[in-house]
Amino acid sequence: MRQDSEITSESLARNPIAGFDPDRIAGLQANRSAIERRAASLPARRSVKGTAQAGWLLRAITMIDLTTLSGDDTPGRVRRLCAKARRPLRDDLRAALGMSETPLQTGAVCVYHEMVPHAVQALAGSNIPVAAVSTGFPAGLSPLKLRIAEIRDSVAAGASEIDIVISRRHALTSDWERLYDELCQFREACGPAHMKAILATGELGSLRRVAQASHVAMMAGTDFIKTSTGKEAVNATLPVSLVMTRAIRDHFERTGYRVGYKPAGGISKAKDALSYLVLIKEELGPHWLTPELFRFGASSLLGDIERQLDHHISGAYSAAHLHPMG
Amino acid sequence: MNVKDYFENMEYAPAPESPKTALDWIAGRNGCFGTQIAGIEHRSGPAFQALNPATGAPLAQIHSTTPEELDLAIKAARKAQPDWQGLGGPGRARVLYALARMVQRHARLFAVLETLDTGKPIREARDQDIPLVARHFYYHAGLAQLSDSAQPDRAPYGVCAQVIPWNFPLLMLAWKIAPALAAGNAVVLKPAEDTCLSALLFAELADQAGLPKGVLNLVLGDGAVGAALVADPGIDKVAFTGSTEVGREIARAIAGQGKGLSLELGGKSPYIVCADADLDSAVEGLVDAIWFNQGQVCCAGSRLLLQEGIAESFTAKLRARMDKLRLGDPLDKCTDMGAMISPAHRDRVMGLLDQAAPDQIHRAACALPEHGTYLPPMLISDLDPAHPLMQQEIFGPVLVSTTFRTLEEAAALANNSAYGLAATIWSENINQALDLAGRVRAGVIWVNATNLFDAAAGFGGMRESGFGREGGWEGLGAYTRPCPAPASAGTMPAAPAAPSDGPAEPRAIDRTAKLYIGGKQTRPDSGYSRPVLGADGSPLGDMGLGSRKDLRNAVEAARKAQSGWAKSTAALRAQILYYMAENLSARQDEFTARLTAMQGDPAQAAGEVEAALEALFTFAAWADKYDGAVKPVPLRGLALAVQDPLGVIGVLCPDEAPLLGPVTALAAATAMGNTTVLIASARAPLAATDLYQVLDTSDMPGGVVNILTGDLADMAPALAQHRDVDGLWSLRGDENLKDLESWAAGNLKRIWHRAPAGLMHLTRDGAAQRDFLAAACEIKTIWVPYGDG
Repeated sequence: MRQDSEITSESLARNPIAGFDPDRIAGLQANRSAIERRAASLPARRSVKGTAQAGWLLRAITMIDLTTLSGDDTPGRVRRLCAKARRPLRDDLRAALGMSETPLQTGAVCVYHEMVPHAVQALAGSNIPVAAVSTGFPAGLSPLKLRIAEIRDSVAAGASEIDIVISRRHALTSDWERLYDELCQFREACGPAHMKAILATGELGSLRRVAQASHVAMMAGTDFIKTSTGKEAVNATLPVSLVMTRAIRDHFERTGYRVGYKPAGGISKAKDALSYLVLIKEELGPHWLTPELFRFGASSLLGDIERQLDHHISGAYSAAHLHPMG
Repeated sequence: MNVKDYFENMEYAPAPESPKTALDWIAGRNGCFGTQIAGIEHRSGPAFQALNPATGAPLAQIHSTTPEELDLAIKAARKAQPDWQGLGGPGRARVLYALARMVQRHARLFAVLETLDTGKPIREARDQDIPLVARHFYYHAGLAQLSDSAQPDRAPYGVCAQVIPWNFPLLMLAWKIAPALAAGNAVVLKPAEDTCLSALLFAELADQAGLPKGVLNLVLGDGAVGAALVADPGIDKVAFTGSTEVGREIARAIAGQGKGLSLELGGKSPYIVCADADLDSAVEGLVDAIWFNQGQVCCAGSRLLLQEGIAESFTAKLRARMDKLRLGDPLDKCTDMGAMISPAHRDRVMGLLDQAAPDQIHRAACALPEHGTYLPPMLISDLDPAHPLMQQEIFGPVLVSTTFRTLEEAAALANNSAYGLAATIWSENINQALDLAGRVRAGVIWVNATNLFDAAAGFGGMRESGFGREGGWEGLGAYTRPCPAPASAGTMPAAPAAPSDGPAEPRAIDRTAKLYIGGKQTRPDSGYSRPVLGADGSPLGDMGLGSRKDLRNAVEAARKAQSGWAKSTAALRAQILYYMAENLSARQDEFTARLTAMQGDPAQAAGEVEAALEALFTFAAWADKYDGAVKPVPLRGLALAVQDPLGVIGVLCPDEAPLLGPVTALAAATAMGNTTVLIASARAPLAATDLYQVLDTSDMPGGVVNILTGDLADMAPALAQHRDVDGLWSLRGDENLKDLESWAAGNLKRIWHRAPAGLMHLTRDGAAQRDFLAAACEIKTIWVPYGDG
């Protein structure tokens, strides 16, 4: 078994497409009650307060995919978001935290395909990647050839990360090989862009199916597995995260490749973000606490983090209107 | 480290809980404590120090209880008890409710004090121990409220002596005193000498919360104080939690004193992981099983049984998980494991490990503090069942493991232990998990979970893990006894006279009763027999003189038959008992004549046969109606309280009811799935031996009922000492009880006795029927969390 501390050259490489192994899917188990108990006890087992909390929240900022996925998105709205991604924290707060000399920007900006060129333009000169949701997001029910074409178009438009959605119907009918084939085609279409596979865990019906879909996506060479589109009734939760991170650990132990994790939807409080970071540190290890291997898919989390950092510095609780909007 | 450092290294910072309020409380008492008697502190005994095991620093001076103080404490409890009982259930409920509120009000103070005194992580004291303490008092406030109306035929013992261990000082106090007080007893409690402080705080705050003075008294000191407490003639009931060794000593020490006894003792609880389990969750479960409270837990899942196919990958996952545990300051909120209770205990654990080769022991790679009594999590893999560490309770953070192939083998390995406290089973297959839960001999079984506790669910052991339950109605039952029977209850004929020494008359027809073992009539091994004389002194026949060897054979037959009989349906067992009644009824005249010949009174004899028929009908009726319960625990899942048969029950039959005695006992015991070895009355054995033919014609499987005749002086000690007999019933009242109880302490078999008076009226006495049934069963609590999706 691979230990977390072994960093080999292969472990830094991208997760490649591997052969489909039905046995790996068949033996998976996920006991909901036990997983919920662990998820409930994790935040109580580790306390991150004071100076450490400020440091951890700053790190969290670097791992946020700052997101806008609305029907009323416009180039202007996207440009504003990109400006916030470049400068996520007020300069005076950053200075007070001793971080003026340290680069601080969000992990990426995440938009629909039509907004990609505007985001690319707005982020020019920064190294902030543009992520595009794709493949008929959020339902994934447009024709396969269009879904593949959508990926290619977004990559051509300058997106370096593609958040694809899986066909839930293949997972729900346990047609794992078909899901695998589809994901392999997506991965090939991504080319150099990194693929994040959205499992839509809130629609999969059981944690066991979440584990199975995670493994299928990783066999198909995905770079990240991601919980949700943000449009399902239930989005990221700690129990789902436990199942997906354990799948990532298992994949690493089997293959030596590190796959990233992105919980998305519903994470809007700094306190919740800390629980996720604790979970990643405990279940996967500190290597995963980087933008290369962990992202929050969130639109309002940054605002709460800004307020908490302000409070850390001033000792007074802060207000939203005191922090520049994105 | 500054913000930027944490930003870069993402380390945890120290997050200590402040000990200030707790230390202030100790300082406010001048750091000095003594015996608590009716609200007054006594400090005349020699003092010893309470230490913080994490630092070795002294916390307080504790004055040992002197013999005079002990006497005062017991007298204070005796004096307070009638008023406390007289307050009535609803009155006591209000006080228990106030105690629950009091614990919640001071939750953090209790948690910090407990951590300082024991070395356990603050998270465990705060999130586990103290909430369970409060819950226990709330639940028992409810039991007190309902006790008078729900159990009018039961009464408190009086004064309870309670001795508790150092691993969960306040939680064990709650488990002991809440049911005792709810039932109307007064208490003298001795906390462990290493961990008195939370009990002292509790006593102080309970006083303020309105617990009447004298109802709860604390005595302090080492095992000698505990021994004097339990042995004191002023005590009516003893409850002990601690080691099996001390439990046995207590059982012997109080033998024959007529005291109630419940024991919650050691364990070597199996933790079974089947190949189809959620392995990551099972690994996490082990953290809660064996590294909870540094492994100093009586029900710790300390014996890991892995199915062969997954053993290797599971062990690899487990080792990686062990390395991630954080050891250190118990007051730090990021600490997973704190300090062992004392240097002496740490050394004892390390001493036990000398039995393993050093390279067999995997020590987790987690960092250890330089000072304090810390031990790392340890794993000893691939031990064979014969290894002593597979059998001995280590009571530390040491897990031992072995493998199994089949479900059958998992159950066999799990049961290959003197203990029977708890078991954990991981499998995603409900058929497999529940089948195993049924097969494993343990008082508590957790399916896909571990160390779940709640006041509504009974906790306690089988075999040498002790007897009695804590929690639920069954826990209250350990602190009450049936109300004294009304004076009119049952008259019995005098026992037949001992045979005269006069020369026996020659006999017309030879009748030599043999022994009945494994469904066959067998000659006694001794080759001797003795004439049986009638009430008029005339010879009625001969009885075989059974010996230890016959007893051995009978127990073997009973053991062999037991699992099959327990697995047969309750409906079938009922059917067989009804059929037995039918066949006995067909021979009613013959049995009446036999009893008349032995006892002299035809009317009395006819009444006894009629009562025997009624007993068979009564317990046949109960066979499929003495059911368990589903406990409303705070969990998405089921906590099933199952009535498990004791196993093999030995019965000493009375002289006064030579037919009714054995028939009642065998009916109650076998109805619930036990098998029996009955020692017939030596004075009037022939009614029992006449039952052979009734049993033979009633489809009773061989070995379920075994009947021996012989001298009680030979048979009783052998039966009471037999290690494979699970329970011993004496229907001879308290005759020889002292000897019986001390012999039985060897394997801690459950002893139960009652006088034969009352058997004639059992049909009309529901409480007595339930008493028989409760003696025939042990409650097994099976926790089955569920949910998927």
